[in-house]
Amino acid sequence: MEAEKKEKEDLVPIFIMGKRYEVPSSLTIQKAMEYAGYQLIRGCGCRGGICGACATVYRFPGSYKIEVGLACQTVVQPNMYLTQIPFFPATKSVYDIEKIKPTIETLVKAYPELLRCLQCNTCTKSCPMEIEVMDYIAAAMRGDVARLAELSFDCVMCGLCTARCPAEICQYNIAILGRRLYGKYIAPKAEHLASMVKEVEKGRYEQMLRELMDTDEETLKKLYNEREIEPEQAGEDWTPKDKTYL
Amino acid sequence: MPYTRELKELIKRVEATRPARVERKRRGEEFPVLSLKEREERLRKYHPDFKEGSRTEIRVGPSKGYAISPEIVNLLEAKSRVDPDAIDLTKVAYETDVLILGGGGAGTAAALTAQENGAKVLIATKLRHGDANTMMAEGGIQAATKGTKDSPYYHYLDVLGGGHFKNVPELVYTLVTEAPKVIAWLEGLGCMLTKFPEGQLKALHGGGTCRKRMHYAADITGAEIMRTLRDEARNRPEDIKVLEFCPAVELILNEYGHCAGAVLYNLETEEYFVVKAKAVIMATGGSGRLHIQGFMTTNHYGATGDGLILGYRAGVKLCFLHTVQYHPTGAVFPEQAEGLLITEKFRGAGANALNIDGEQFVNEREPRDVESASFIRECTEVGKGVPTPTGKVGVWLDSPMIDILMGEGAVKREFPGKYILFKRFGIDISKEPMLVYPTLHYQNGGLEYNSRCETSIPGFFAAGEVSGGVHGENRLMGNSLLDVCVFGRIAGVSAALYAKERFQEGRLTLDHVRRYHRELEEAGIITDRVAPMLLPDYSNPKVRERQLTTRYLGTIR
Repeated sequence: MEAEKKEKEDLVPIFIMGKRYEVPSSLTIQKAMEYAGYQLIRGCGCRGGICGACATVYRFPGSYKIEVGLACQTVVQPNMYLTQIPFFPATKSVYDIEKIKPTIETLVKAYPELLRCLQCNTCTKSCPMEIEVMDYIAAAMRGDVARLAELSFDCVMCGLCTARCPAEICQYNIAILGRRLYGKYIAPKAEHLASMVKEVEKGRYEQMLRELMDTDEETLKKLYNEREIEPEQAGEDWTPKDKTYL
Repeated sequence: MPYTRELKELIKRVEATRPARVERKRRGEEFPVLSLKEREERLRKYHPDFKEGSRTEIRVGPSKGYAISPEIVNLLEAKSRVDPDAIDLTKVAYETDVLILGGGGAGTAAALTAQENGAKVLIATKLRHGDANTMMAEGGIQAATKGTKDSPYYHYLDVLGGGHFKNVPELVYTLVTEAPKVIAWLEGLGCMLTKFPEGQLKALHGGGTCRKRMHYAADITGAEIMRTLRDEARNRPEDIKVLEFCPAVELILNEYGHCAGAVLYNLETEEYFVVKAKAVIMATGGSGRLHIQGFMTTNHYGATGDGLILGYRAGVKLCFLHTVQYHPTGAVFPEQAEGLLITEKFRGAGANALNIDGEQFVNEREPRDVESASFIRECTEVGKGVPTPTGKVGVWLDSPMIDILMGEGAVKREFPGKYILFKRFGIDISKEPMLVYPTLHYQNGGLEYNSRCETSIPGFFAAGEVSGGVHGENRLMGNSLLDVCVFGRIAGVSAALYAKERFQEGRLTLDHVRRYHRELEEAGIITDRVAPMLLPDYSNPKVRERQLTTRYLGTIR
């Protein structure tokens, strides 16, 4: 009886697509929908705030403000009324990453609507990841690919910005184009990586690895126990004493 | 929800020991690591794999007698979702060269290389393209890329040590030699790997590594890789088609016993479709949503082990499924974040694991199984766990140390994803530690395959978490993103070549399903369980009592 009464007190009303349900106050919107009886198919992915499947919009009675969140990350609040946006049509430009350049021309050619931005900042206000969306769109309009990449890095591509943009821009697809351009053409290349790939392809490690593959478990354990551990606080220039197997 | 007053009081004990611990770290003095013998003993006494009742023998199929988690056995000892007689295999809805089951990292990498080798590709995936464990992998991707201090030789040794020396050597060889190539491939696709201003890749230690070779893209490495691969697949729309919300529920073989397609189930319209393919790649990932031994999980919503069931019914053996990986650091506070992965990179960057008195009790970079067993020991036998307001228990992960060691702002810069997430709950992890406990994380084993991703069934390939062997009995961090990229790429090439050169047209059949059903019956297994599960059931039992009109089999009609 006590437990039941306590549970009752802990319940808060929420409105899922306008319909009232009472759910425990500690739940996220996602778990609250399941509690209410929904078997989720769309609108649920990683359940950890990174896949962008569960974009949700809600309001409170008497408030003009449109609130946004990821259903798996947002705790319910009394009287919120909400819906999930399980899918939103988006433009996706098809390009050959090998044949494009990190310039404003590439961005505008792929997404000409980029230039329609009204600078209303609705995208930024709609972002559940607190990304400065309008700022990265502004960077894109200036052709500042590095800034576009940097500002948009945390994007989970949930589509809320795109759903609300009055200029009909698909911000998150422009952002990934920018990040790929940055990663491929602007970020300096890792030279040590290229030379390692060359060494592997030349077969430098072939014999030592084949020998290891034929080694018995006891010897392997010995080799494992004796391997030199790079100290955690070591700098980039650290080298091991034993260089036989490098 | 921010920390309660009680927890804030306990945090003071962590703060009290912090300056001395930071000093020790700076001097390079680490908490002593366990010897191999001590590791073994700790695992036997405290790891969930060794708990009584944690393994049951499978009574039917190609690995009959093999003892694995009962939660998986229950699904193996279950019927098909559909009556094989009810499906007309002459009504083919889609035809393709290579059918890929699963739209995560392995499946998408495979799609790219299959396409590059001339194949038309169809990806069928249960959720959206990219909603997968790959997306959630945070810490990084291992590869020996720095020849002045590291080589595939040391990577090989580390992988073996982590896997209790049981790994399949040929698979490990492939993993470590392909690793640098995969990083170069990702760099070429425009993945934003974290670098120094001159271009060298930044790298950290992971549990059980002897060299810092864990490359990363801030703390969303998997998401960065997944969204890049997905974007690239979407750049080839003529050759790579994607069917979302269409999981496979059965493989189709042909009269010669070769794999020749699959039956898909449209989750939204509840229709079943026949797909005919010249080659099939299984890349459905893991099974954390089976909540083995009731553990919380870091896995995505669709991780229900479907590929194991389908491959097994068709005749592929299972291996290395007798061990399950528990990630040492799943969040236990606040409740909303429960089970959420706290990347190992926090420990790689220097954060200590601490008990209720703010004392270290284990080196924070032991392999995952040993680290998990040590957390469980501290919270049970030793009794120095930290109690949470919801009756759970955990240990502290001292993230503020990172700001002290690496300079103010390091936590926010290196772990932006987790920083924002906890900030939403009113916790600043650059100032306050996190409360963690082991959480179900990875399926160490799976379908048996070789280094060309071939299985025992011609035309049927496997890649990624659904397969078993490369990680032995325990995977090291940073090797699963590597696994999906390495073996995904290989599977794509192998399947495309098979479709081109070895494929043989034949009559489609589901006889293997009929045979499997008969075998169940003969073993005396009378059940109305069906598998694959497809989605876990988190609905409210009280609600379900009132849902009178639908007979639920598992979770989906």
